[in-house]
Amino acid sequence: MSRDLLDEFGEWRVRDVPIAELGFTGLGVGAAMVGLRPIVEYMTWSFALLAIDGIVNAAAKMRYMSGGQFKMPITFRGPSGAANQLAATHSQALDSWYAHIPGLKVVAPATARDAKGLLKSAIRDDDPVVFLEGELLYASKDDVPEADDFTLPLGVSEIKRPGRDVTVVVHSRPLHSALAAADTLEREDGVSVEVIDPRTLRPMDIDTILDSVRRTNRCVIVEEGWPVCGIGAQIVDDIQREAFDYLDAPIARVTGADAPHAYAANLEQFQFPQADLVVKAIRQVCYRD
Amino acid sequence: MATKITQSDELLGLDGAALVEMLKWMVLGRRFEERAGEMYQVGEIGGFCHLYIGQEAVAVGALTPLRRDDYVITAYRDHVHGLVRGMDPGAIMAELFGRIDGSSKGKGGSMHLFDASVNFMGGHAIVGGHLPVAVGIAYAIRYRDTDQVCVCFLGDSVANIGAFNEALNMAALFQLPIVFIIENNQYGMGTAVHRAAAIENLADRACAYSGMQGWTIDGMEVLEVRRTVETAVDRARAHKLPSLIEAKTYRFVGHSMSDPNYGHYRTKEEVHQFKAHDDPIKQYIETLRAHGVIKDTDLNDIEQEAKKIIDDSVEFAKRSPIPQPDDLYSDIYSGESPDVRRRDPWR
Amino acid sequence: MASRIVMSKLSPTMEEGRVLKWVKRKGDPVESGDVVVEVETDKATMEVEAMGSGVLREILVEENATVPTGTTLGVVAAEDEDISAILEESAAAVPVAVPAATAPAQPAPGEASAPGAQPVAPSPAGDGGRIKASPLARRMADDRGIRLEGLRGTGTGGRIIKRDIEAASSAGVPAPAATAPEVDYDVPYERVELSQLRKAIARNLAQSLGPIPHFFLTREIDMGEVLKLRGQLNETLAESGAKIGVNDIIVKTAAQALSEHPEVNVSFAGDHIRRFTRVDVGIAVAVPDGLITPVLRDAAGKGLRRISEETSELIARARERKLAPEDYQGATFTISNLGMYGIDEFTAVINPPAATILAVGATREKPVVVDGTVEIRPRMRVTLSCDHRAVDGAMGAEFLATFAEMLENPLRLVL
Repeated sequence: MSRDLLDEFGEWRVRDVPIAELGFTGLGVGAAMVGLRPIVEYMTWSFALLAIDGIVNAAAKMRYMSGGQFKMPITFRGPSGAANQLAATHSQALDSWYAHIPGLKVVAPATARDAKGLLKSAIRDDDPVVFLEGELLYASKDDVPEADDFTLPLGVSEIKRPGRDVTVVVHSRPLHSALAAADTLEREDGVSVEVIDPRTLRPMDIDTILDSVRRTNRCVIVEEGWPVCGIGAQIVDDIQREAFDYLDAPIARVTGADAPHAYAANLEQFQFPQADLVVKAIRQVCYRD
Repeated sequence: MATKITQSDELLGLDGAALVEMLKWMVLGRRFEERAGEMYQVGEIGGFCHLYIGQEAVAVGALTPLRRDDYVITAYRDHVHGLVRGMDPGAIMAELFGRIDGSSKGKGGSMHLFDASVNFMGGHAIVGGHLPVAVGIAYAIRYRDTDQVCVCFLGDSVANIGAFNEALNMAALFQLPIVFIIENNQYGMGTAVHRAAAIENLADRACAYSGMQGWTIDGMEVLEVRRTVETAVDRARAHKLPSLIEAKTYRFVGHSMSDPNYGHYRTKEEVHQFKAHDDPIKQYIETLRAHGVIKDTDLNDIEQEAKKIIDDSVEFAKRSPIPQPDDLYSDIYSGESPDVRRRDPWR
Repeated sequence: MASRIVMSKLSPTMEEGRVLKWVKRKGDPVESGDVVVEVETDKATMEVEAMGSGVLREILVEENATVPTGTTLGVVAAEDEDISAILEESAAAVPVAVPAATAPAQPAPGEASAPGAQPVAPSPAGDGGRIKASPLARRMADDRGIRLEGLRGTGTGGRIIKRDIEAASSAGVPAPAATAPEVDYDVPYERVELSQLRKAIARNLAQSLGPIPHFFLTREIDMGEVLKLRGQLNETLAESGAKIGVNDIIVKTAAQALSEHPEVNVSFAGDHIRRFTRVDVGIAVAVPDGLITPVLRDAAGKGLRRISEETSELIARARERKLAPEDYQGATFTISNLGMYGIDEFTAVINPPAATILAVGATREKPVVVDGTVEIRPRMRVTLSCDHRAVDGAMGAEFLATFAEMLENPLRLVL
């Protein structure tokens, strides 16, 4: 990730740190308080559990607690969610934990193009940004604009695939399951699926989602994380509050299975919100099951 | 190994004005805290309110030798650190009152005083949470290659927290210009230090980190504190080396306003003993008198000056408006936080 | 093996039915296929047959009670068989028992009989009275003035969803009319309970004139040639005993004209129009407590004699209330003839989902100007009601012109 950067920028700018998440997270926060613009990388977001105090108590609240005196231009980034068979402690998608916190911004791109454009914006942002990179997306390929200054704004959803009959809201890696499901349904059922990636989980561009649901009257929300108090739960709330009268079916959610991640390969696959589950959910909300 | 500095060349070569200024700060700190306690009791101040009474020598001895561009960061017993660092007493009192003219617009309260204009970096309420932040400030100093120093105060219980090791290790590893000052007031809330730390002198832990010097000193002697901090600051400024100072002190009041002054963890006699024999202000006055630096009339003036400043601060706080509901939603992000009202239409 | 006797859903619009008569008594032996109970649906009286053998162990719904479709009416099982599970399940799904017209009403205090009380809506989902409808469907129904009570939900668990509202509004629907305003008459009156049929009529026709933009085209037709033709035909058929009526000729003529004007043989279906490729003519038949419209299938493809025979048979069964749902559903065009009641002309309310209905008046001798002289001619006035969403004035008028021309030159029928 940081290859060649050390040679280019030197050790005071690109620093290899002890495996001490709380320590180096706070280091970043302190540096941001006095005007630097740090990027803190976790080996995986599961390890950032050891740094929660630095993210949630220090970074997220510094501006507020100081009455606006200290800005917090810091980006926390690293791989998130499952990798391959790393079991319960190394596979978590804790998106909703961070999205819960006022003071944090949370970004979870699903494509290399989005990752580039959004990461630049995250770094330039004057607020703390939690940047969640689906670990299994690292090998995925995409058309990435070469332009050095290619950025994408935070807080803007993108319609990844336009459709008429049902809206699927999905972020990070399951976007690809949802797109596959959309193809299947178009082909087999003649159902036209609109796929929306909010990309930024906080602040989320709900309006794009609401506009879509008002058109399609149906919605399925897909995420890698667990169901209880998940990102999708919040989106369901937003939709029922602002588009209740446009719903023709209860909103369906497809999430990671509500269990810790198992090591066995088949169980790990079973855990994921796979495309076939998304297909089933879409059929249900379209009353085609 | 930690070394004990004894009272030798007592006045550190300071002139009378500098010596009296330190006394003024100590008196102001003591009286400010007494007034804060009173304001708490009459209900003007709420929440947690941790008073610094008894520990004045540490903050005053440590902060008076610093440059204006140095950084200071501390924990939640922070009123006097803020005062001595140069915060406006009115802004502090208004913050304690929860008013809009408080240093954090009434959003931080007693435990979260900040003042960017005097590089006072807070005011942090999670035990140990600010140590890595202090290291980050020191890191930024080295990144920018200036000769500033970061001084980080911490309580005795922090020495037993994981963040303590993570922070001190990185401070030594990266050779950062930082001075950690443990204010060992003998009790972490109600737990005696010897019940929490598997070591007698907390500064001895400095030996675990290459290049870090440790001192355990009498934190009731303001000049000893000052002398030690000057040495540590010089190591940091000139040599980019971290230090760990343990100032043994004592708080004359409860852990916070909601705790009794004595409680089950210490006796009334013990508290009276410290007040009678180890009061840092009394000791310092005796030292100054012995050297003919002050007279009784000076003391009276100092008290009157402190009273005036504090009366003004209370007056200012009382006159300051309470925050408006909309203020709840400002300063969360650099811009507006658009979702807030949308998801909460009733408020 | 225990089997249930159930109030089956015998038509798409049927939501409830009334138990008319238990043919078997409790304890009677029952063979699979035996008629166990007679029920009255919204359109007809039906016999319910046993699906298993044994004895009629339990009668759960008494005669004259009205219950939602799906309700278990009774249980047939072997004499010693444990049927507690079925009984428990049936009890759990407590039907909303609507007191029937002839049964003494025993409403719970403060309920049904109280003036202004909310009627208990039969649930299309059959889950205890609550109508399940998506928020969108509710809003659409509200916007379009459609009552959810009359609709069948096709969503999960019988939920009424968007497509059901669209189908209903294409069929023409609303029915604020079905909830007639409470008027406090200061006049003594007798309360006449609605029969199932009367309810169905009220529901269906209330979905007609309100939401369907009607317009009416009236034309007078000379019936001289038709009367002459009828005489000739009946002479020819005299030996066989068959008899062709004027109405049969009208049915045949209408069907023929419709096959020449398929744009009128249609139904409005929301986002499209269904142009039927076959002409199924509904014939309104008065029965003692209402009317019903048995359907003569493929009327354009049948000869007059067959039309006459089938129509007679349908009318007879209608009067005996023996029509099955498939006998009276799905007309593409309807003829309502009140001529025999001395009505000269009238307008009929469209019978959804068809887009047109023809109201036929009496044939009367009238002076008319023919080639500059006044003659006495048998004349008949007809009025075509059209759903303007599907049929325009000129389209309707052209159809009527063809229809009139054929009646005035009935030889065209054989061409």
